[in-house]
Amino acid sequence: MSYLKEFTKGILKENPNLVMLLGMCPTLAVTTMAENGLGMGLATTFVLVCSNLVISLLKKIIPSQVRLPSFIVIISGFVTLVGMLLQKYIPSLYDALGLFLSLITVNCIILGRAEMFACKNKVIPSILDGLGMGIGFTLSLLTVGSFREILGSGTWFGIQLLPDFIQPMTIFILPAGGFFSLGIIIAIVGKISKQKPKDITCSSCPNRESCRFAESEPVESAAVSEK
Amino acid sequence: MDIFKNIAIILLTGILTENFVLSKFLGICPFLGVSKKASSSLGMGIAVTFVMVFATIATYPIYHGVLVPLNIEYMQTVAFILIIALLVQLVEMAMKKYMPPLYKALGVYLPLITTNCAVLGVTILNIDNGYNFGESIINALGAGLGFLLVMLIFSGVRGRIEKCNVPKAMQGTPITLIAASIVSLAFIGFGGIVDNIFGA
Repeated sequence: MSYLKEFTKGILKENPNLVMLLGMCPTLAVTTMAENGLGMGLATTFVLVCSNLVISLLKKIIPSQVRLPSFIVIISGFVTLVGMLLQKYIPSLYDALGLFLSLITVNCIILGRAEMFACKNKVIPSILDGLGMGIGFTLSLLTVGSFREILGSGTWFGIQLLPDFIQPMTIFILPAGGFFSLGIIIAIVGKISKQKPKDITCSSCPNRESCRFAESEPVESAAVSEK
Repeated sequence: MDIFKNIAIILLTGILTENFVLSKFLGICPFLGVSKKASSSLGMGIAVTFVMVFATIATYPIYHGVLVPLNIEYMQTVAFILIIALLVQLVEMAMKKYMPPLYKALGVYLPLITTNCAVLGVTILNIDNGYNFGESIINALGAGLGFLLVMLIFSGVRGRIEKCNVPKAMQGTPITLIAASIVSLAFIGFGGIVDNIFGA
């Protein structure tokens, strides 16, 4: 039963994107079309599952002082692999994602799961955790992508939805529309799930342990005891 | 004259028309996370600019001097992220030893930058755009200054939002994102400004 919980928690309750507010850069950048959002989500899921698997296998071998660089190397290796596979088999998606494909390496969801889950848990829960988080991320990218594509170009996965005489609102596929759509969707998800999305602060950042800025934030209770 | 014109075009493009945060969506996490106070925005912005320029100086020769001759360009992502992580550590250590006042001001932001997608992004974009060494450095500087400018503007915007009476469902992140969208709209207004100034 607990395996099922590891898997489902990432989909809605702890959705990495819309509830934990991680990985905002790709969410805003690639979601001008539902198709790109889906592709990005699946590529990230693949990297997330593989890196969680490898990191949980190596958790006893990696010394904790160099754990962050080690994680980054493992993750960037899988990112390179995904890049090569996409370039060969789905070149259109490779071109559409462009720079953001390489930037999966620094997606804080992947580093965050490595740091918070995979390096403390066994292999099977880590895989399920990666899979659940990845699916949650994919679903949220698909939602934002659909929202923006339908409103911004009147199509969904390239299928014409709005009749010709209705002008689509191009602003939604511009950067400004990206911020706006994501804001609205996070508000709706917060309303439905009846939990307020966390504010974006250092507490959600995977780097916070190695970072002294987080400690200097007055809201953190750790800062008080440190002083 | 042509060199200066070229430099000015790359700089202004990076700062205004193709701003890293508002039109390329790079570095959103620090943009939303650290922009609550003007002082931390300024520190983060300067630290990012600094690391972007140094990362470009370090990665460009490695790409063209090591990866291209060995035909292993596909190792770009792995190599660059390692160089950036190493560089941030070195900059931190050197600053601590030789420039303590600067370290006191910027040191806290440095570890955050390793996983900042804007830094990795600018080094990869320099290679993708085919800039030469000088142009790459100028581009990194422009991207960093653009990041700094937007961080400062947005910390002011957020100061105002804190005082507003926002509907309950929109409080926190949603209203911050919508404010970001309005700032981004304002930056659309800069579109074409570079072409108009320089007649390019």
